[in-house]
Amino acid sequence: MNDIAHYAPDLPAIAAADRQAAREAPPFWTTGAVAATVWLAGSAINYHWPDLSPWARTPLLAMAQGALGVLLLGAAIFGGRTRQVRYFHPAGRWLVALGALLTVWVVLTAKTALLPLPFFPPPQSILEVYTDDYARLLESLWYSAWLLVPGFVAGALAGFGAGVAIGWSRTVHYWGHPILRIVGPLPATAWLPVAFFFFPSANSASIFLIALSTGFPVAVLTASGISGVNSAYYDIARTLGANERFLIARIAIPAALPSVFVGLFMGLGASFAVLIVAEMMGVKAGLGFYLQWAQGWAAYANLYGVLILMALLFSGLISLLFLVRDRVLAWQKELVRW
Amino acid sequence: MVSAATVPLTREASSPVGIRAQIRGVSHHYPTPGGGLLHVLDDVTFTVEPGECVALLGPSGCGKSTLLRLLAGLEQPGRGKIGADGVRIVGPDPSRLLVFQDPTLYPWRTVRQNVGLGLEARGIADRARRVDEVLHLVGLDGFADAYPNQLSGGMAQRAALARVLVNDPRLLLLDEPLGKLDALTRMTMQAELLRLWQNAGFTTLLVTHDVEEALLLAQRVLVFTPRPARIAASFEVGLDYPRHRDDRHFVELRRRILEVVGHSDIL
Repeated sequence: MNDIAHYAPDLPAIAAADRQAAREAPPFWTTGAVAATVWLAGSAINYHWPDLSPWARTPLLAMAQGALGVLLLGAAIFGGRTRQVRYFHPAGRWLVALGALLTVWVVLTAKTALLPLPFFPPPQSILEVYTDDYARLLESLWYSAWLLVPGFVAGALAGFGAGVAIGWSRTVHYWGHPILRIVGPLPATAWLPVAFFFFPSANSASIFLIALSTGFPVAVLTASGISGVNSAYYDIARTLGANERFLIARIAIPAALPSVFVGLFMGLGASFAVLIVAEMMGVKAGLGFYLQWAQGWAAYANLYGVLILMALLFSGLISLLFLVRDRVLAWQKELVRW
Repeated sequence: MVSAATVPLTREASSPVGIRAQIRGVSHHYPTPGGGLLHVLDDVTFTVEPGECVALLGPSGCGKSTLLRLLAGLEQPGRGKIGADGVRIVGPDPSRLLVFQDPTLYPWRTVRQNVGLGLEARGIADRARRVDEVLHLVGLDGFADAYPNQLSGGMAQRAALARVLVNDPRLLLLDEPLGKLDALTRMTMQAELLRLWQNAGFTTLLVTHDVEEALLLAQRVLVFTPRPARIAASFEVGLDYPRHRDDRHFVELRRRILEVVGHSDIL
């Protein structure tokens, strides 16, 4: 078995090879230098080319562009060997493109108005939304979180429980599955009028709808995950002395987890949609309400500002879910990359 | 006449490790999707003595695997009796364990957690030492924390073997355990199975398609007919271990078994 005993990876050797590779890496990061040039040039254009009608945050934006440019330049010249900088190397071309795009946007709006107001606000006006209206944005974020988090957690738990029961028990499957099949495909937003009628407040109705939209995909995918478990897994565990509780908790549920996470991913996406619609229709707070309000006042800079915020938030939440999944399913090769 | 006082009551003398497995007039069938019945076993009767190793040979799908499932207690026979040491088998028990052709390790559990599953399921807290012992026995030292998808086919099957051995089984039911391994690994594992069986003393039933494997390992070879399976012939091997494939008796037995297997489709 000597060949097998050598399985353990030679960690010191790998670390040494890593250091060696770092020493041999080109000290100068060319793409980084190009990106730095683009950002610095953009900063200069934005600062020295006067706005058609002055925007309050043009100097701040130009400064931010310049700061990023200086940072990139430093990284390109001095940081080529450090691991922190090499971490950003793959993003190099994106940094170039974003710097160029921002400058084009500035020129087409603030400098020349080739793209007219109010539909095409310049980036400095969106920056102004964040610097001047941050209190209301944070408040909206807070209110949204108070709908989304309890709704998603309740829906995920209920859906998971229902899915395990439907996937495991024939009786529960007989009664539960038809309901899931008929009622499940109804978009949770279709329940909106009914929910606002039955629940004491718009908030509780929205939490219920978010839970509903999360629960359905989680229940379906948990149930199908559980009923799809290799029956030999159960046979072996039963011969080894496992009782029914052990079979559910230690065999069925772990085996179904990859499928459960697909359900959670779908449920999370559905919950975002319901959150925004619910806030636009009934709840007088939150990101959806802010969106609605901004549209009402034709405040397009605010509109884009909150859209960007929502994109970052939702993308972050999905990334978080995938991070949890990768931890829990470390034994599995990744199926869906985010 | 030997009085009890003169005979030391060792474990071997009083209760052998191996189970006596009794199959009496067993017939079995499965419902088919079309609403019919698939007759898999037809009035099968034989007994496996404690500590004996018996190979079951026969065409695929003839019902040999069903026989093992019945002995494991995973199913009840349609007709006839299945017993262990004279007691009717009514359900699964950790003393009678199965190893499939596919290792069927739980992919979310490390090798250690896979091997320790039986002890865990029965609420035995102190598992680590026992698991390490068995991993050493099957040559998987150093792999306790690997996940199944990091193992080769042969290593996975060793882990599956360790997962049953850790429970000190009295009847080992091997359903083509080496069927998916490459020829070299298979030869190594045949020798190891032999060593494990000789050291531990459990009763072994080995389902295989490989006549040589049956002759290398088993003391008796039962040849089955195609579905529904009946016993077509029984061969006492009667050779000392370790056996050699080029031994004159070995070759002669192989020829005679192959004759039966070759004609079994018209029996």
